[in-house]
Amino acid sequence: MKKISLNVNGKPYSIDIDMRESLLEVLRDRLHFTGVKQGCSVGECGACTVLIDGTAIDSCIYLAVWADGKSITTIEGVSKDGKLSKVQQAFVDEGAVQCGFCTPGLVLTTTAIVESGKKLTEEEIKREISGHLCRCTGYNKIFNAVKKVLDEE
Amino acid sequence: MFDIVNIEKPDTMEAALRMLSSNPKLKIIAGGTDVLIHMRSGALEEAELLSIRDIPGMNEISILEDGTISIGAMATFAQINRNDIINTHLPVLSEAAVSVGGPQIRNMATIGGNICNGAVSADSAATLFAYNAVLKLVSSSGERLVQIGDFYAGPGKVKLLPGEILTNVLISKDDYMKTGGCYIKYSGRKAMDIAMLAVSTVCRVEGNKLADVRIALGVAAPTPIRCSEAEAYAKDKEITAEALKEISRLAVKASRARDSWRASKAYREHLIEVLTFRALKEAVKRSGGVELE
Amino acid sequence: MAYEIVGKRETRKDAVAKVTGKAKYADDFFERDMLVGKVLRSPHAHAIIKNIDVSKAKALPGVEAVITHKDLPNILYATAGHPWSLDPEHRDVADRLILTDKARLVGDGIAAVVAVDELTAKKALKLIEVEYEVLPFVLDPEKAMLPGAPVIHEEKPDNILGSAKEEIGDCKADFKKADRIFEGVYETSIVQHCHLEIQSAYAYVDTDGRIVIVSSTQIPQIVRRIVGQALGIQWGKIRVIKPYIGGGFGNKQDVIIEPLTAAMTLAVNGRPVRYSLTREECFIDTRTRHAMKFYVRTAVTNEGKMLSLDMKPISNNGAYASHGHTIVMSAGGKFRFLYNYDSMNYEPKTVYTNLPAAGAMRAYGCPQIFFALESHVDDIAREMNIDPVEFRLKNLVSEGKVDPHSGIVVRSFGLPECITKGKQLIKWDEKLKKYKNQKGTKRRGLGMACFSYATGTYPHGFEIGGARIVMNQDGSVQLQIGATEIGQGSDTVLSQIAAEVLGLPLDMVHVISQQDTDISPFDLGAYASRQTFVSGAAVKKAADEVRRKVLEIAAKKIGLSIDQLDIKNARIIEKKLKREICTLEEVAMESYYDPVDAAPITSDVTANVRTNAMAYGVTFVEVEVDMETGRIEVIEIYNVHDSGVIINPQLAEGQVHGGVSMSMGYALSEQMLFDPKTGAPLNNNFLDYKLQTIMDTPDIGADFVEVPDPAGSVGQKSLGENTTISPAPAIRNALLHATGMPVNKLPLTPQKVFENLKESGLL
Repeated sequence: MKKISLNVNGKPYSIDIDMRESLLEVLRDRLHFTGVKQGCSVGECGACTVLIDGTAIDSCIYLAVWADGKSITTIEGVSKDGKLSKVQQAFVDEGAVQCGFCTPGLVLTTTAIVESGKKLTEEEIKREISGHLCRCTGYNKIFNAVKKVLDEE
Repeated sequence: MFDIVNIEKPDTMEAALRMLSSNPKLKIIAGGTDVLIHMRSGALEEAELLSIRDIPGMNEISILEDGTISIGAMATFAQINRNDIINTHLPVLSEAAVSVGGPQIRNMATIGGNICNGAVSADSAATLFAYNAVLKLVSSSGERLVQIGDFYAGPGKVKLLPGEILTNVLISKDDYMKTGGCYIKYSGRKAMDIAMLAVSTVCRVEGNKLADVRIALGVAAPTPIRCSEAEAYAKDKEITAEALKEISRLAVKASRARDSWRASKAYREHLIEVLTFRALKEAVKRSGGVELE
Repeated sequence: MAYEIVGKRETRKDAVAKVTGKAKYADDFFERDMLVGKVLRSPHAHAIIKNIDVSKAKALPGVEAVITHKDLPNILYATAGHPWSLDPEHRDVADRLILTDKARLVGDGIAAVVAVDELTAKKALKLIEVEYEVLPFVLDPEKAMLPGAPVIHEEKPDNILGSAKEEIGDCKADFKKADRIFEGVYETSIVQHCHLEIQSAYAYVDTDGRIVIVSSTQIPQIVRRIVGQALGIQWGKIRVIKPYIGGGFGNKQDVIIEPLTAAMTLAVNGRPVRYSLTREECFIDTRTRHAMKFYVRTAVTNEGKMLSLDMKPISNNGAYASHGHTIVMSAGGKFRFLYNYDSMNYEPKTVYTNLPAAGAMRAYGCPQIFFALESHVDDIAREMNIDPVEFRLKNLVSEGKVDPHSGIVVRSFGLPECITKGKQLIKWDEKLKKYKNQKGTKRRGLGMACFSYATGTYPHGFEIGGARIVMNQDGSVQLQIGATEIGQGSDTVLSQIAAEVLGLPLDMVHVISQQDTDISPFDLGAYASRQTFVSGAAVKKAADEVRRKVLEIAAKKIGLSIDQLDIKNARIIEKKLKREICTLEEVAMESYYDPVDAAPITSDVTANVRTNAMAYGVTFVEVEVDMETGRIEVIEIYNVHDSGVIINPQLAEGQVHGGVSMSMGYALSEQMLFDPKTGAPLNNNFLDYKLQTIMDTPDIGADFVEVPDPAGSVGQKSLGENTTISPAPAIRNALLHATGMPVNKLPLTPQKVFENLKESGLL
């Protein structure tokens, strides 16, 4: 066991972890942030995406020991004061959600794009969210949701 | 859970080298996007890891006094893709970097890891071959420089000696100044994929002649390769579609493609010819040469 | 009829739960002392297990139990998610054990370990010693039917799981009088559902001694029954809970992991055990889509009228029956509703091979059969020099068609209008002219394909749905349904139906999303695009009853008859004068608290839907073919559907987008590959199995022609599965148009197109 300190969704945690664990496992099994989803375990589907210091990564292939001293945002930390973020609201309004399993990761990646303040072409938007597989939506409404938030910014 | 028995996380290069020389079983882990997947598949068991993420400065990208561009081994592909030095002087590397996996992978995976992993499909490799990159390898007994072409030993194998860490990728001014190039990654889908075939071309155009042409291929042989016969033929040729076609035909000669379930030998060889032509045509255009039909 | 809430783009009921990460899936529940189950899988495609020694594994610290077939009841059971049949002839084939005594595919489950954590369980698996007698194996169904082929199940010595011959009319005579006869062979590949949430379940024994299973399933009631059958225990001793699920597409219309999960908890005295598959395991030991090969012949007149069709499919079922022969039979029952033939011969065979078991997958055999049919029809039209659209229009069925075998009647038929709309959307005529005589590296092509599909399974299967409504004091209701929300949006559309009937705003319908076999009304689950139709009929019936009860109280109160009253926006209205009588809340309060007549308003109903409604649609697509590399790029694609009344256009569009995307993968890139030398999977992960990414997916056009069907409770017909049937043949036909080259085997990968270009001399 090894002690690490990390901040998740604005709250500090100091916890004992097993060095063999991925960040995904620590977030889900120890801290019960179950909005972090496991879809493939090899960084190919994006369901486990979280933000580390604002950058989107696949938490299934990120060792938990690396998270020591880092700030992590999971889907549970996106809405503030019980109010959906603009990104979440756009996903709801545009019908970008079906089974919902890819949704947390996509909302987080989109949040990181919005916060980067970058202006993106449609092709670049697609590229920036291409690290997420979705089997339900054919991506059309997801793209519309992301574009809507970026256009509003 | 990964089958790990120990992880060292040194925060200086000296400490890392010391640990590495005292424990030869230590496996270096950089971004983790390859090593952890190997571990999960059972290819690496009871691992003792040396994580080099905490060593400061290992991801720096800079231009040295003599104009050489130095890329820290821990630079991620996202960082490389967005870096001004890279985009100004090594645009083909930026193109290759953004073709790696998906955005989250590019935020994690490092150029050093990509090289040391030895994958024949490594997206950075073909382009680094085309830029004549030199690798700086450091150990407790000193440092050495190796041409990237001499570093690859076979599929998944590189000549990293025990106790060594790859710290920098160096590209000298002569190899990138006044060049234009193009990277074509051919894969089953447009994101989140590995190359079925990769072609990287770098060239320098003088007037309507090809002053220098470098062609590197990925997934065309057991290691990334340069197409020396095609390059030699290309030297000082007038830029015409026929010349580029002939160069592309010669590029196939360097390959040692084989049949696999991912692609047949025949198809790979055909792709080498077609894609080399396309990459050359684009490289010529980007080097200020004529735009061919 | 004009609707207030049906037909509106209402927001999904579960959207907020899903964007905030609050929606809990099977893997998101934690119990104290939860153990982990893992399975030892066969490395051989076909082998007898001569001996298993688990002693070393059992001795490993942290291992709580190790089980093999010897520890379990020797009961063969069937896994398909069909309702139980009282008729033994009509039941699914029972051909498997929870853990097998003979390996029939690489990955077959041999033994299971229950341990304190995953790594310990994995280590224990390595300590299990298995002695195999390796047998020859067979992957190709045509080879599996040859004399001397390896026998996969002793009960079926010829490896034929099922076969049939259905003849309508006189084929022989029609082929004799035909002006022209066309023949073709068409093949599809093995693909998988790829729901993002992998199968996962956990089970424990509760204080009453009953097994509780929380599982990612489309069919909780059927899971309960099959776990009972597999373990040989009373069905009432089992409780199945279905939380949110991350997609199913038919793979969770099969009972795969639950019997073993139940066996695992029984092996550790009822302690909770979680059994989740990895993605790699999911590819090999859940279900796949049957690869099918079709031998097709058509008799045609010089005028382009198709007289007779002769179709002989061979369906590759893999190692275990699952839905088995039902799939090719079901597809055979649905495709007959597209064209008018005077006669037809349908002769399918379903064959065991040493591959992962094929089962139900979105549209249940129809993506396969329509790939064959619609490719073949295009080939005929091309040979006869007739525009493929015109050729189809000449041969379509019409409203009133009755199928002689099933008795199903076509009561609404919007397909011709769908075709007209699709033609306009893609600018068919204009582009046909433009793309004549193309030269050069990149060539464009147009293609189209149609389909017919049923709604639910009647009359082959039986179709009941259950719904329960409880009205609260404020006039809002809880809607409880047995139908399962799996991402497709059934909770929302069923709520819309309830809200419509009850005159409630949608936010006053509280739908209970979780199904629990102890609590929820009995319903068969999510499959066959049945819910809006079958469960929708139950919801309509339940809401009608509540509405009647409400109006009775109101009518009595003011001395009018219930026919004179209506409910609008939670108020009781006198229809004629459009006058508000009272609020719904007042009525509801009386129902709870009237000292004399108090009886809270509820309903609890079952609808037994003994009818069907044929749905239709068409895909129009434009592709660009790289004549040097063989890569096909989809430029524009439109699906136009006749699915009756669309209850929620936003959700319906979402179904179309997802179905088209799935079919594009089917057409272009997806296939499961196996090593011919070992039978081992080559690409059972998300890197090597090429699911389309957002960058591979164009804008997908979704449109509808709404002809209300009299059989639908609000005029609705099926949609969910329909969307994934016609894009693949349309893309294949567009390649044909662009290059003149028919490629008859899916997927149309660049290498395959390249090889065909070479053979055709185009390269």
